[in-house]
Amino acid sequence: MSFLVLENLRKSFGQIQVVKDFNMSINKGEFVSFLGPSGCGKTTVLRMIAGFETPSDGTITINGTNQTRLKTNQRNIGMVFQAYALFPNMNVFDNVAFGLKVAGKPKAEIESRVREMLKLISLDHLADRYPYQMSGGQQQRVALARALAPKPQVLLLDEPLSALDAKIRVSLREEIRQIQKQLGITTVFVTHDQEEALSISDRIVVMNAGRADQIGTPSEIYNRPATRFVASFVGTLNIIEATVIDPAANTVKVGDNTIILRESIGALKGGDKLSIALRPEAGSLSESARGDTALSGKVISSHFLGSVIRTKVDVGGNQISFDMFNSPDAVMPREGEMVTLRFNASDFLIVRE
Amino acid sequence: MNAASSPIIDRRTVIDWLGIVPFMIFALMFLIVPTLYLVVGAFFTPDGHLTFENIAGLFTPTILSAYWISIKVSLASSLGGALIGFFLAWAVVLGGLPSWIRSSLLTFSGVASNFAGVPLAFAFIATLGRTGLVTVFLREWFGFNLYSTGFNLLSFFGLTITYMFFQIPLMVLILTPALDGLKKEWREASEILGASTWQYWRMVALPILWPSLLGTSLLLFANAFGAIATAYALTGSSLNIVPILLYAQIRGDVLHNPNLGYALALGMIVITGLSNILYIWLRMRAERWQK
Amino acid sequence: MKPAKILAWVAIAVGIIYFFVPLLGTFEFSLRMRRGEYSFDAYESVFSDAAFRATFGYSMLMALFTIIFGMLLVVPTAYWVRLRLPQMRPVVEFLTLMPLVIPAIVVVFGYLRLYNSSSYIPFTGSIMGTNILLVMSYITLALPYMYRSVDTAMRTIDVRTLTEAAEILGAKWPTIMFRCIFPNVMSGVLSGAFITFAIVMGEFTMAALLNRPAFGPYLQLVGANKAYEPSALAVIAFAITWLSMGLIQLVTRFSKLAPSRA
Repeated sequence: MSFLVLENLRKSFGQIQVVKDFNMSINKGEFVSFLGPSGCGKTTVLRMIAGFETPSDGTITINGTNQTRLKTNQRNIGMVFQAYALFPNMNVFDNVAFGLKVAGKPKAEIESRVREMLKLISLDHLADRYPYQMSGGQQQRVALARALAPKPQVLLLDEPLSALDAKIRVSLREEIRQIQKQLGITTVFVTHDQEEALSISDRIVVMNAGRADQIGTPSEIYNRPATRFVASFVGTLNIIEATVIDPAANTVKVGDNTIILRESIGALKGGDKLSIALRPEAGSLSESARGDTALSGKVISSHFLGSVIRTKVDVGGNQISFDMFNSPDAVMPREGEMVTLRFNASDFLIVRE
Repeated sequence: MNAASSPIIDRRTVIDWLGIVPFMIFALMFLIVPTLYLVVGAFFTPDGHLTFENIAGLFTPTILSAYWISIKVSLASSLGGALIGFFLAWAVVLGGLPSWIRSSLLTFSGVASNFAGVPLAFAFIATLGRTGLVTVFLREWFGFNLYSTGFNLLSFFGLTITYMFFQIPLMVLILTPALDGLKKEWREASEILGASTWQYWRMVALPILWPSLLGTSLLLFANAFGAIATAYALTGSSLNIVPILLYAQIRGDVLHNPNLGYALALGMIVITGLSNILYIWLRMRAERWQK
Repeated sequence: MKPAKILAWVAIAVGIIYFFVPLLGTFEFSLRMRRGEYSFDAYESVFSDAAFRATFGYSMLMALFTIIFGMLLVVPTAYWVRLRLPQMRPVVEFLTLMPLVIPAIVVVFGYLRLYNSSSYIPFTGSIMGTNILLVMSYITLALPYMYRSVDTAMRTIDVRTLTEAAEILGAKWPTIMFRCIFPNVMSGVLSGAFITFAIVMGEFTMAALLNRPAFGPYLQLVGANKAYEPSALAVIAFAITWLSMGLIQLVTRFSKLAPSRA
């Protein structure tokens, strides 16, 4: 059921409109990611939820209460910052205890709650350490514990993993997700890294220039992108220029290849140009592969990337990137070789702007 | 490595060390040895015997009161300078003022912190002296006779106010970068954890800042303690601070014991030296937290 | 308006009052020489005083010598420490900060005892010797500022790489020093020079105790004997300080035009 509702949220800085008509309803216990490039407004929306920015228009409702005009320190929200923001003059214990101390909780309660939190992040042995004595990953976990200690109603995370090493990023994001599930806390996670968003979210909001281009589950976002922006931002995408042959039969031509699309072409006529999108991992080079559609072309190049072999094929003037999993007896396509890629027609997406 | 190449290495090392010799000679001749001469001389009698009499001689009423007044003036002007300087620095860094105010304040502070010595005394005499602008202004516009309240510029209080004219800017110059170092996220984190402004300052900001605050105050203290020109021009010899006493001693051996003068100087060095050591230690502590 | 902002404006107001009122007062006082009306009589009196011109000129000369000989000492030393003796760096930096710790009056006291007419190096035994001693004392006073600005400039331009490039092209060390290093650290040298100038012009303690006819002691003398001239002199002194600081700003702004990519 709806827990965090953002309605008609708008924010302008001077003349520049940074957030335009943002609408979203987040359920209790849900983990939602705001995904998008720098400057798309995702952090601004987060900061409006937190109360650091006042919306130019619109409302923010948490658990039925309109919080739009409330001061930040009255909202009972937890936040984890990109730069950890641990208080350097306090050790781990005091940092985590801060929210409870400020609320005037009794000492015994603070003690037990902090210990509980430290155990949750597996850092109870570091309670006496100071921030400058810890690694980035450890600091961020402490920041998480600090945010969760006062039992906030919502947890906000502002690109919490961007400042960390790649390996830590992966393990920490899983840890965050696991803790979130355990506590059942409604969470908003801002990131520009699509792999992060896809791997741990219940739903993703893809934002572009202040607007939400698409809201959906990771699978929906990836497999059925609603706009060209979402399609190109999430995952690698081949954009192919095709020519319409028969709009009624949804038939297009790419080079010498005919494709019958599963989607309706709509109001286009024969001879019009159409952009269709194709994921690199969609098809197969194998003769026995399933697939009702074939694209033939000449191999331009082929690269061994470790787990994946990426081949570039020229199909009717389009350069298509094609990935296949590596296996010990895989044969890499040779330059200049003619190959046939097999797909399902449903793999093709019509790209709308 | 054969023996033929070692002399070349040695020669280069010798040249390396030769390069630093001019500076070392200068430092020795004009800084280290003169100071050591005094320090060592404090432990000798005029006829060359080792003694602690001079140090003991510092503990006479005149000299002790000189040290005490010096300490009071330095303490008062450094604390006053620290307080006002802190508020000014806070105002331009965190007070939400237009940025041109900040650059103007910093420029002006750069100038004002160097405007010390004799001209500063003149400036304050012209302003708060018996016929100074402010004195006259208060009398003619408010009927308020400043000097009837017992105020006198040529006094402890007057000297303190005058010293603060360069103490405040110095505090502003040193504290502004420290305040810049207060990350915005700390403020935001404390807010979202429910803290009020006062709680933030009490539990986060002031604890982070206090090494810089205290350290800079110590710097101001040492600065005021060793200053003489302003005091001499303002109060002449009427205010018995240590530098003025030393001045008189150098000029005319008023203490009737040249080695006692050395002890006086030693006392000054000890006090300013200690303040600076504490300042450096506190600064190192502050920098450790800024990782 | 947020309460914080009001407090900030109050603080600025206090600051403005504290700093401008004395300057205003000094200027106003300096105009009061002629009874009943404002005039520049005090300034006329100052400028026509032979002692003013003599001591001002003397101090300017001393400042010039201080800057020249100070920089001749500081620039090569800073360069040498950076390039050849980095292990001496802490020692040298400590020494350059010493003048900030040891009060000037203590230093000059030491000079008088060590270099008086009856010692091995009788600086004070002659006028010339005393003048030299005065310049040395000024260099000592200005050392922290001179060293800091030159050293910072050297750090910015990466002297090590510059020297190596020059050496590979065949330059000998005087050429390197005067044609490569000096011009590039000029902004640091000039900044240090202007601060030194301000310090020397206003200096009192050294000059008074060494009995030299410098501007500082002259100021004090006028203060003890005249009524209105002192404030005129204070205005002039403040103008000199302001000018020096302004020149430093100018110099550092121009040096920013020189590209420095790490």
